[in-house]
Amino acid sequence: MTDPILATHNLQKSFGAVKATDNVSIDLYPGEIHAVIGPNGAGKSTLIAQICGELKPDAGRVELLGQDFTQTNTLTRAKAGIARTFQISALAMEDTVLQNVLLGAVGAVGSPWRFLRPVFADKALHSRANDALQRVGLQDDAARRTSDLSHGQRRQLEVAVALTLEPKAFVMDEPMAGLGAEGSKTLTSFLDGLRDEAPILLVEHDMDAVFALADRISVLVYGQIIETGTVDQIRSSKAVREAYLGSDT
Amino acid sequence: MMRERYLNGLVLVLLFAVPLWALINDQPFTITLATRAAIFALAAVGLNIALGLGGLVSLGHAVFFGIGGYAMGILAYHAQTYTPVMEIPFVIDGTKSMPVIWLVAMVTSGLAALLIGLLSLRTTGVYFIMITLAFGQMFYFFSISWIAYGGEDGLSIYIRNDFPGLNTLVPINFFAICFTILCLVLFINGLVARSPFGLALNAARQAPQRVQTVGLDPQRLKLAAFVLSGVITGLAGALFADLNRFVSPTMFSWQTSGEIMIFVILGGTARLCGPVVGAVVFVMLEHALGGLSEYWQIYLGALLLLVVLFARGGLVGLIAGRGVAHD
Repeated sequence: MTDPILATHNLQKSFGAVKATDNVSIDLYPGEIHAVIGPNGAGKSTLIAQICGELKPDAGRVELLGQDFTQTNTLTRAKAGIARTFQISALAMEDTVLQNVLLGAVGAVGSPWRFLRPVFADKALHSRANDALQRVGLQDDAARRTSDLSHGQRRQLEVAVALTLEPKAFVMDEPMAGLGAEGSKTLTSFLDGLRDEAPILLVEHDMDAVFALADRISVLVYGQIIETGTVDQIRSSKAVREAYLGSDT
Repeated sequence: MMRERYLNGLVLVLLFAVPLWALINDQPFTITLATRAAIFALAAVGLNIALGLGGLVSLGHAVFFGIGGYAMGILAYHAQTYTPVMEIPFVIDGTKSMPVIWLVAMVTSGLAALLIGLLSLRTTGVYFIMITLAFGQMFYFFSISWIAYGGEDGLSIYIRNDFPGLNTLVPINFFAICFTILCLVLFINGLVARSPFGLALNAARQAPQRVQTVGLDPQRLKLAAFVLSGVITGLAGALFADLNRFVSPTMFSWQTSGEIMIFVILGGTARLCGPVVGAVVFVMLEHALGGLSEYWQIYLGALLLLVVLFARGGLVGLIAGRGVAHD
């Protein structure tokens, strides 16, 4: 088996007496979508924050391509190739759609220290941004103000910004949140095609999307991974049913 | 937005045309008023980079205005008294050369902005406002106690500094210098706003988390904006001191910081010519109402209240409508 692109080893994080993540080890292999599911308060967001560098773990390691990134910050991890999307869209709402994607392109090329050349005159940045917009189907909305987009379109834009980074791994925090059935179906289909570009660690509540997409699923309950397996294994797991899925899934 | 471009053009044409009219009609005081407006506008354009693009509500920009002013005052004072600024470890003489004074003003205010920014940008929101205000007050009281350069009474300069090829004592010439610098800085400001740096800075104001996750450091972007902002405001300070041929601790006062912020908010935050409109309206009100009552700021306050309540994009936003910043 090849080495994982992204891995955590025994991650621990406590807030007072509450263990938000308790010895969480998870890995993500090339071409894979690995979903993390669990009830509210299970520690999914804390896990993502530690993987992306927003929170320092109390113990354990975060590795990207076998390299230890535990002590590095968000910037270093982003530059190294971890692209994340947010549960609540974190976009420059006053800017146009194209400007948001161009920001990703500027970050990818690492060229914010140019003061006098208009960003729109840079063909390389433009091409990267337009390519990302085209892939998520927002090319016709490039000139629209981001605040005027629908919720679903903002989710698409989040993914487009991540795409500009040409990352080694995607970390997606509930990309389906707030989407209708149609929007969820479209995004599911899109993410399915994205796995070949970079593997996806997917935190998601939409079980239809998870079961449709995931190669493996880890179930997080009270900060602990209680089960990791394929969709069928998770569906048939008694422990998972009792803790999270319920008996009718 | 084309409408805003036309408005920007109109504002600059008017600012240029009024002193020309005053020259033809022998109204030198009007030229001085226009020069004052151009210099205030320059200071506010500086603040607008930090406030409008970077979202940094600095209540201490008078520090840079004052440093620019004192850079001019100190260099010109030593030039007029034929004494060196310092002798140890090496001799630095005073100068009457405007370009040299501007360079010193920009470098010193830029360095001050770097130091203040490094400390202030550790905080956000109301704490950032307070820490920049505190720096302003520190410089204010330092200048009061700096007896060598006039202390509380300030420092009068009996010369007008030189600019190659121009008699700077002629009001229209000095206006032309200030107006040209203003236009040049506005042009650069427009380029910066559209550059990758401007894009990233604007995003850092709105969604710093996003900026981080694309591998850019919002703090460094904001620090760079703060320094650039300080450099421009410092240059305005040097010109203001030259206009008045006088520097005093008032240039460092929190009221000066507040006035610079009023220019920006009144004209339109993050709008290219918003600070120019704000400064021109301020100078016009000061001139028109100042003669009627020494409490003319009451009317300014009422106008500011109306703008904040009903025209969030300032006077430029009111006329040109909602637009992408600096379009």
